[in-house]
Amino acid sequence: MNMLPSMLGFPAMLGVQPTLGAVTLNGTLQIALYLLVLLALVRPLGWYMARVLEGRPGSAPLGMGAALGWLERLIYRACGVKRSATHGAEEMGWKSYALGVLLFNLLGFVAVYALQRLQHALPANPAGLGPVEAGSAFNTAVSFATNTNWQGYGGEVTMSYLTQMLGLGVQNFLSAATGIAVLAALVRGLARRSATTIGNCWVDLTRCTLYILLPLSIVLAAVLVSQGVVQTFREPAKVALTVPLSYSEAVKNDAGEVLKNADGSDQTRAVEVREQVIPLGPAASQIAIKQLGTNGGGFFNVNSAHPFENPTALSNFLQVLAILLIPAALCWTFGEMVRDRRQGWAVLAAMLAIFVPLLAATYASEAAGNPRAQSALVGTPSAADGAAQGSSSARPAAASTRAAPIVQPNMEGKEARFGVANSALWAAATTAASNGSVNSMHDSYTPLGGLGPMWLMQLGEVVLGGVGSGLYGMLMFVIVAVFVAGLMVGRTPEYLGKKIDPFEMKMAMICVLVPCALVLLGTATAVALPEGRAGVSNPGAHGFSQILYAFSSAGNNNGSAFAGLGANAPFYNLSLGLAMWFSRFWIIVPVLAVAGSMAAKKAAPTRAAGPASDADASLRTGGTLPTHTPVFVLMLVAVVVIVGALTFVPALALGPIVEHLQLSGK
Amino acid sequence: MFRLVRPAIVLFLALTLVTGVLYPAIVTGFARAAFPEQAQGSLMRDAQGRIVGSSLIGQEFGTSDASAAPALARWFWGRPSATAPLPYTALNLGKGTGSSGSNLAPSNPGLLDNIRARAAALSAADAAVGLVRAPDNATIPIDLVTSSASGLDPHISPQAAEYQAPRVAKSRGLSTEQVMALVRKHTTQRTLGVLGEPVVNVLELNLDLQSATTSLDPRGSR
Repeated sequence: MNMLPSMLGFPAMLGVQPTLGAVTLNGTLQIALYLLVLLALVRPLGWYMARVLEGRPGSAPLGMGAALGWLERLIYRACGVKRSATHGAEEMGWKSYALGVLLFNLLGFVAVYALQRLQHALPANPAGLGPVEAGSAFNTAVSFATNTNWQGYGGEVTMSYLTQMLGLGVQNFLSAATGIAVLAALVRGLARRSATTIGNCWVDLTRCTLYILLPLSIVLAAVLVSQGVVQTFREPAKVALTVPLSYSEAVKNDAGEVLKNADGSDQTRAVEVREQVIPLGPAASQIAIKQLGTNGGGFFNVNSAHPFENPTALSNFLQVLAILLIPAALCWTFGEMVRDRRQGWAVLAAMLAIFVPLLAATYASEAAGNPRAQSALVGTPSAADGAAQGSSSARPAAASTRAAPIVQPNMEGKEARFGVANSALWAAATTAASNGSVNSMHDSYTPLGGLGPMWLMQLGEVVLGGVGSGLYGMLMFVIVAVFVAGLMVGRTPEYLGKKIDPFEMKMAMICVLVPCALVLLGTATAVALPEGRAGVSNPGAHGFSQILYAFSSAGNNNGSAFAGLGANAPFYNLSLGLAMWFSRFWIIVPVLAVAGSMAAKKAAPTRAAGPASDADASLRTGGTLPTHTPVFVLMLVAVVVIVGALTFVPALALGPIVEHLQLSGK
Repeated sequence: MFRLVRPAIVLFLALTLVTGVLYPAIVTGFARAAFPEQAQGSLMRDAQGRIVGSSLIGQEFGTSDASAAPALARWFWGRPSATAPLPYTALNLGKGTGSSGSNLAPSNPGLLDNIRARAAALSAADAAVGLVRAPDNATIPIDLVTSSASGLDPHISPQAAEYQAPRVAKSRGLSTEQVMALVRKHTTQRTLGVLGEPVVNVLELNLDLQSATTSLDPRGSR
């Protein structure tokens, strides 16, 4: 038995770190491979989406028009969308567009709320679940209508198959389509000259759903099923356990009070369990769109950490790829639509320049592990000194004579098949995009490992961000960056050959500041109120982090959580619900206002000589700052990071940073 | 405003039909035809046709209670699980519980208590079969003492399996090599040599171990 250490592959005895601990070559390789595949897909998918967003009704590339064009035309006929000679369908000004989008999303909210409240009376409920409580139903309805998908509920014990499919699943598509549609409108506004319209919202919503989200989801769902993601309408399966289990539980009377023994202690009874009940359901179809639409609301409570949502390394790779796929590719779509691909690359470069370092920091911190967990292992009495078992007084003395702790990664709240590298990659991707699904429990991350994801959300979900919403958010930052750069060099700020006026600046600032205000005011309110503090499940600085994380998530439409927070309570259901609603629509409306005002502009005076369609010409004119150069990318990164740092470093200092100092100190 | 109401309602209903009915139906149809086993939970049955588990959902074989550990020394233990009321509760509608992580912060003293209790239980299981480790518990692979994200993790690392192999072998009267052969049989390497982490499926390993023990050594069976 002395051969154990070497046999186990623990060269730590020889002063070398074990393969489990620290950043590994393989982990780095997996992350590099992920980024490579993602970048390789940006151009083809970006090209395809540009064709879809610019195409006429009934037509789409790659045979999609032939396959689904009839359905698209049928929908327009039913909706009464009028034809137009110039655009194929009658277009809208920004106010009609915004109103249409708001109405459409309001319907989504009402439908999800109603389905949850009535699910007990509706079909496809084999587990016989009752109606969802009103506050939770409100929160979830807002959450799914706003593409946040904050999960205040445990899917398998709360939502019937019908609610999942017809409520949550549908919103996964429609809220994502809303994001892409609003982006398309903004990009048209930037690309067009002296125009009064920015597209037709019904056409955009339909085409995004039918030609982009639906085919990608079908393909992804099919692969996920092959990996073991469940897709069935059967009732939960019952398993005969190999080793029966038992636990003791307090005996209660009919009034729910715990009965007491004669000596005043609680009466308990032993409960023998010989069966494991395994929940099933139509999960694969929902999970595919949950990832592709940067929604993130899981079918099961633990989301993509559940083996039925994410069973293998391959399913994990494809899901985490799907998280960033559309947001990244939309940058290319943007470049195509403004007829200057460099503009798309520049924005994507700025996003990656923020994403990659924060991903690396999260991975490194998780790989380095939790120093206290490692000391706890060393301090545990082993079989060799059985006499010391359970005697805590003997522990410190014994520990001092033992070997130094081995560096083992932080595996609390992580799945063995994903390990640290894939968990950290997912955590960074899901918070960079406004996805919010998880394959590990962020609440159990090391302080700095949790800080990365939290800050990625606080940056405004513009580092890749949600489908559509990430890029339109980033383009608001671009306007700010152009404006700041203009001030620095003393020139009129211009973007894509158009002057940026005070109106656009005001709208952009609303978009930048609304989430910041929601996060900080929400956190402050929760911390000040007993109802807010009551939700905290971890002591000390981490408790504050839980609240800050929740409002960062809701206030930026992300949806991930430090899940220990007891957020399914009236205070959080209401406050987080409102934060999600305002954060979504108080940004969509100003973005569409910018789209409208930019569309109406003529080409900027500095390039009056150039042909109207050639944006490139303006970039060559000496008067304006080119927005595709590394200098501008740096400028954009700086604006995003400085706004994020100035707003949130004080709050972060009270949470993860204090916790880190406490953990690493003695 | 009112001219927007009709298209909003009609479009909402139409797309609900397409994405909420048609789409799941297509995927379900495909799943039933192409991957019926996987789509219905990857369930495993014994010779009598009883469902004995899902190859993707773990079951509790271990404990964090040192006094209960000796009786369980003969099994490979999986990840600790934070589900309620029992570890590896995938669904309990009566109590409204299912998959869950511990959500304990790294700074939470409760986390350290859990780690110590689990390590002590592992030691007690070792002691029960007379296994002495050198030098001490610092060699316990971390995944054996930290709870998984889902509470249903079906896997442990190969290191965690190797760590337990001598104990399981001793308590079943097998050689460590015999047990390690089974461990290797149930080890999955990284996909394409790159993706994920190498893992050992605990339930499959234990089921195989049980039948192997029965055939190799009749006295050792339950």
